Amino acid sequence: MNVLLDHLPEFRDGFLGTLAITAASAVLALVLGVLIAGFRVSPVPPLRAFGTAWVTVLRNTPLTLLFLVAFFVVPQILFPGTSPFVLATLALGFYTSSFVCEAVRSGISTVPVGQAEAARSIGMTFAQTLRLIILPQATRTVLPPLSSIFIALTKNSAIAGAFSVAELFSVSKLLSDQGFAIAWIFLWIALAYLVITFAISGAFRFLEHRMGVAR
Amino acid sequence: MSEVSVTKNAQGPAPAGDQLVVLDNVNKHFGALHVLQDIDLTIHRGEVVVVIGPSGSGKSTLCRTINRLETIDTGSISIDGKPLPQEGRELARLRADVGMVFQSFNLFAHKTVLENVMLGQTKVRKADKTAAAEKARTLLDRVGVGTQADKYPAQLSGGQQQRVAIARALAMDPKVMLFDEPTSALDPEMINEVLEVMQQLARDGMTMVVVTHEMGFARSAANRVVFMADGRIVEEAEPNQFFNNPRSDRAKDFLSKILHH
Repeated sequence: MNVLLDHLPEFRDGFLGTLAITAASAVLALVLGVLIAGFRVSPVPPLRAFGTAWVTVLRNTPLTLLFLVAFFVVPQILFPGTSPFVLATLALGFYTSSFVCEAVRSGISTVPVGQAEAARSIGMTFAQTLRLIILPQATRTVLPPLSSIFIALTKNSAIAGAFSVAELFSVSKLLSDQGFAIAWIFLWIALAYLVITFAISGAFRFLEHRMGVAR
Repeated sequence: MSEVSVTKNAQGPAPAGDQLVVLDNVNKHFGALHVLQDIDLTIHRGEVVVVIGPSGSGKSTLCRTINRLETIDTGSISIDGKPLPQEGRELARLRADVGMVFQSFNLFAHKTVLENVMLGQTKVRKADKTAAAEKARTLLDRVGVGTQADKYPAQLSGGQQQRVAIARALAMDPKVMLFDEPTSALDPEMINEVLEVMQQLARDGMTMVVVTHEMGFARSAANRVVFMADGRIVEEAEPNQFFNNPRSDRAKDFLSKILHH
């Protein structure tokens, strides 16, 4: 019990760390995921191939392996001196983007094909059709799987703790290394994760509710 | 277009510039099905061409190839002298000049009626919002659904939705309008309200290609009837001649089935 009160700053920093890396990689995953989903349904074969390759590689690679690549390969070749936070965000964001892409693509295919035909027939380009007609109507279908993906992302962010990013999991390691009772540490850490994941489900429930009324 | 050409190469005062849509030796397959076979069809400016024929004869596909919603295997299609380009910006620009009305209306479900009619103007023609809204309201009034402007498509009847769809296409000031079985998904009592709008369009001189099963409309509004069966154009004639005195056996057979109930 005292572990929490005695180390409140550490827990707080860990919580904020998890929050920050989850939020940053969620934004990255969302932007990339929607973009790659657009690639995968585009009429341009090279873009489709790129999208397929992106999803295949990132979705089928263990996240830990991606972290290893991000921390030990990327800085060596491309950007030496990149901060662990950025590298972890990249690894998590890229990995999650492949799942976001597939969720968005499933949403796209629920929109009747006539909607796209109508948009094209009044002269909209592919990008306009996707942005103005298809994606807005796909959003409702995409929200439930997206909520699951972001909850998984929150929990996946624990791996960043093993790569010297200050977040909840690294706090638990730090404190248990110092010899505090592990059960209490885990309890507080788990509660902190629950706060974030419940907030995500709540936010998505709210969004679903609002989109349900809007139409 | 008072003179209606009976065959494609009819003699007559139809200068080349007068040809708006030209299909030349068009072929298309759906897998093993040869859905369009050696289609030659020329539609002149201001002409109303009604395409009829049994189900699966390829008439809808024909209609959809004209704005390249369906690609073709061989042959060529040109609109106002320009061959249909590949998918891309140029094709999008060309499609903006070709209005299309679908069997299933296809109004944008997440937009209001007014927004449906404004969207092409503002996003494709880059028109000013106020001007687009004004034009949209004028068009909605013209097709008789002005009072429904702020509703969503799902709140409208089928006939109203189809009239909105016509207004949406008209908002682009198209050179030609394609109608792909515009009344086939409608309750009988709603068919007339849509046909009346189309009749008015025809009277106003709009160039129209209409795929339909409405023989009454074909009789009264068409300059020319194109009869298709099994992927071919079997007969082309002006409506009176076609309905009263069809030349081909296939057309006689078709007409005998639909006209005598």
